[in-house]
Amino acid sequence: MKKRVFSAAMTSLLALSMLLAGCGGSQTAQKPAEQPKTEAPATTPAAEPAKNGPKQLIIGRGGDSVGLDPIQQTDGESFKVTENVFDTLVGYEEESTAVVPSLAEKWEIAPDGLTYTFHLRSGVKFHDGTEFNAEAVKWNFERWMDKSHPQHNKEGFEYYNDMFGGYKGDKDHVIKSVDVVDPLTVKFTLNRPLAPFIQNLGMSCFAIASPKAVQEMGPEKFNEHPVGTGPFKFVEWKRNDTITLEKNPDYWNAGYPKMDKLVFKVIPENTARLTALTSGEIDLMDGLNPDDAQAVKDNPDLQLILRPSMNLGFLGFNVEKKPLDNPKVREAIAYAVNKPAIIEAFFAGLGQPAVNPMPPSIWGHNGNIKDREYNLDKAKQLLTEAGFPNGFKIKFWAMPVARPYMPDGVKIAEAIQQDLKKIGVEAEIVTMEWATYLEKTKAGEQEMFLLGWTGDNGDPDNFLATLLDKNNIGGNNRTRWANEEAHKLLMQAQSATTKEEREKLYLQVQEIIFKDVPMVPLAHSTPALAAKANLVDYKPHPKGSESLEKVDFK
Amino acid sequence: MLSYSIRRILMLIPVLLGMSIVVFSIIRAIPGDPALTILGEKASPKAIEDLREALGLNLPWYIQYFDYLKQIVTGNLGVSLHSGASITQEIGPYLAATTELTIVSMLFAVLIGVNAGILSAWKQNSWFDYCAMLIALIGVSMPIFWLGLMEQWFFAQELKWLPSVGRDNSRNPVEAITQFYILDTILAGQWDQLWEVIKHLILPGIALGTIPMAIIARITRSSMLEVMRADYVRTARAKGLAQFWVVYKHALKNAMIPVLTVIGLQTGLLLGGAVLTETIFGWPGVGRYIYTAIGNRDYPVIQSGILVIATIFVLINLLVDLLYAYIDPRIKYR
Repeated sequence: MKKRVFSAAMTSLLALSMLLAGCGGSQTAQKPAEQPKTEAPATTPAAEPAKNGPKQLIIGRGGDSVGLDPIQQTDGESFKVTENVFDTLVGYEEESTAVVPSLAEKWEIAPDGLTYTFHLRSGVKFHDGTEFNAEAVKWNFERWMDKSHPQHNKEGFEYYNDMFGGYKGDKDHVIKSVDVVDPLTVKFTLNRPLAPFIQNLGMSCFAIASPKAVQEMGPEKFNEHPVGTGPFKFVEWKRNDTITLEKNPDYWNAGYPKMDKLVFKVIPENTARLTALTSGEIDLMDGLNPDDAQAVKDNPDLQLILRPSMNLGFLGFNVEKKPLDNPKVREAIAYAVNKPAIIEAFFAGLGQPAVNPMPPSIWGHNGNIKDREYNLDKAKQLLTEAGFPNGFKIKFWAMPVARPYMPDGVKIAEAIQQDLKKIGVEAEIVTMEWATYLEKTKAGEQEMFLLGWTGDNGDPDNFLATLLDKNNIGGNNRTRWANEEAHKLLMQAQSATTKEEREKLYLQVQEIIFKDVPMVPLAHSTPALAAKANLVDYKPHPKGSESLEKVDFK
Repeated sequence: MLSYSIRRILMLIPVLLGMSIVVFSIIRAIPGDPALTILGEKASPKAIEDLREALGLNLPWYIQYFDYLKQIVTGNLGVSLHSGASITQEIGPYLAATTELTIVSMLFAVLIGVNAGILSAWKQNSWFDYCAMLIALIGVSMPIFWLGLMEQWFFAQELKWLPSVGRDNSRNPVEAITQFYILDTILAGQWDQLWEVIKHLILPGIALGTIPMAIIARITRSSMLEVMRADYVRTARAKGLAQFWVVYKHALKNAMIPVLTVIGLQTGLLLGGAVLTETIFGWPGVGRYIYTAIGNRDYPVIQSGILVIATIFVLINLLVDLLYAYIDPRIKYR
């Protein structure tokens, strides 16, 4: 009996399906797609936001945020959102890393560089209604620096540790104390002068969170429900899909934000993201393939937006490995790299050849250094002088993933490989999975390698010392270049108190680097974004994320 | 039937246990340090060592395994190293998204695949048969990636009929209750939203369903051909039954056994193997969740994610086996 019911059900299901399929399987492939045809006019995705409805900005991006408590994060995708929910004590200018007031309206620095007094903006409220004041600033810094603080999390705060020499009680810790002078004045006392102190405070990670919210929720939950003073309030997070923010009507910067709602939408595939923009499902996208830039320019409904460059893609030498320990060999390879050709071919022209390990957009860049031109004869001659008239064999590590500073590591490596062949150097390209790549290059297993860096705060130290100081061997100095002279200058620059003094030191360091060639800086890329043509006042910041309070539709 | 079912269900225990060991070991074999990947390329060596310690990564592997097993038994899938959130909670929406997509894809694959297969067998060597099998051949060998991008380009960008990415319209998002958006919109009685959700399912559903559709069509065809040569079918025809009923009532039931296997297998495969489709269509599913976790060396997520998928896979197979025994009683005596 039961069996009959089953087979009857099966039969009717299949008969029904056959009817649905239009009795003829020949149209199998097209049929389902034809279904919505009748509805076509009604189904067109909204090309423009409704004129009278809320003003929404849908932003397409490649990856989801990791967390939304800025101090717990180190990744760019997280900051793209937190920049809109939180404010920092000081900020950066719209398109540069010059420091401007934000939550602190003005500040005084003692001549010895050990005390900083900040005067805070009055009448600012957190999204949960609590007051922003000197107590809140003190509480946030205490939470970050004091490992025994109840809301300090077990993994620590990576950026705090890096920028301020560890935590409270550590030998090199910079901040001695944060004191409340009056409700709107807060004083920082330092253990030692730190030249980039103010610059650091503007970094996205040092955003001021609502103490009440963090205490009530705890760091884990706060990481998913952020509460700050920023232009937008957090609404909802659908992981790997969307993060929704809404306008903060009480924002201290009167007249802003312009949008009622921001939605950050994850669309991993670059091409699919551009399709979504073209079809009107999103209004703005980042991570445009350099190759698609022309198509965006040619489309009257779209505009191309270029982010000022603050990155570096380079070819590094592990100077501990033979024959790369010989500066002449390194210089020979530097002569054999055709930078303009690489930029034309792989960055679609969206970038400039790099001379120094830091981009010209950062102060202290040494513009007097004249780059080695592409010259295979000169390269060959240097190799002969170094004792390798017939060249040598070498392993050349290429990045497996695309990064803004290196759109296609393997292809770029192949291009360089061709040139090296002409001077007798046989480079064998090696590649592996990204996390392994980072780990192994950190451990110094590589010979010649491709890598890059995106700046965090616009300070020269963040490029020069991070990438090439001997203290960072085993860390981000993957060339393992240990130059005493450069190290001495970099350390001096870290504790120098005036910008002029630091600038002089950095100019010298860059000369030493250029002469000794621990790396061949290849390019400073210009990351490209695309948006609807009617989007205005979007000012991309070189550090990679920015507040969208001023963005509007025409 | 009951004893067969019980036996079959009890067999799940060693299977699941074995699976957990395999998953656990494979993950340990992936090169790369989770602490480093969590902290990122800018981390200092000391911070990495501290984190390894905090995460228990310095403990011997068997202690890590038993700790893990203990957690799983209590329904705790662990905490994601990357996001710091509970996996049990986190995986829910992803699983729902993928399941919804898988169901739609399989519906598409089964409806079209089975019928095309039947008609091909029915009209063997006709132009329809040739066309259908050619399409099936193309379908099997079609790269999902390419198909997905072409669909988007044609139906979303050029014709603007269908949305290209996501599960819903971000300008008017679905209020999630159960995380199954079709169900959610029905529960809320929002019919325009339901239509919106269905529209979002069409392109990824076709992209994901094309390969199974082609496989099912081919299997159905060959299975039907075999059955239609059987004596009882000839008898049915001889007694003057209309061809339609011969095919759909008599032949189909027996032909369905191998097809059912394929459907079961394919459903399981889709559930875990939707990474490409989910990537292209920005679908917040479990495939991409695990895939991203692999990149992040997020051990707990990889482990638990694969375990959940594998468990569902095993359960689908169980269901198929039970259905078998139901259709063909001889099976349960073997």
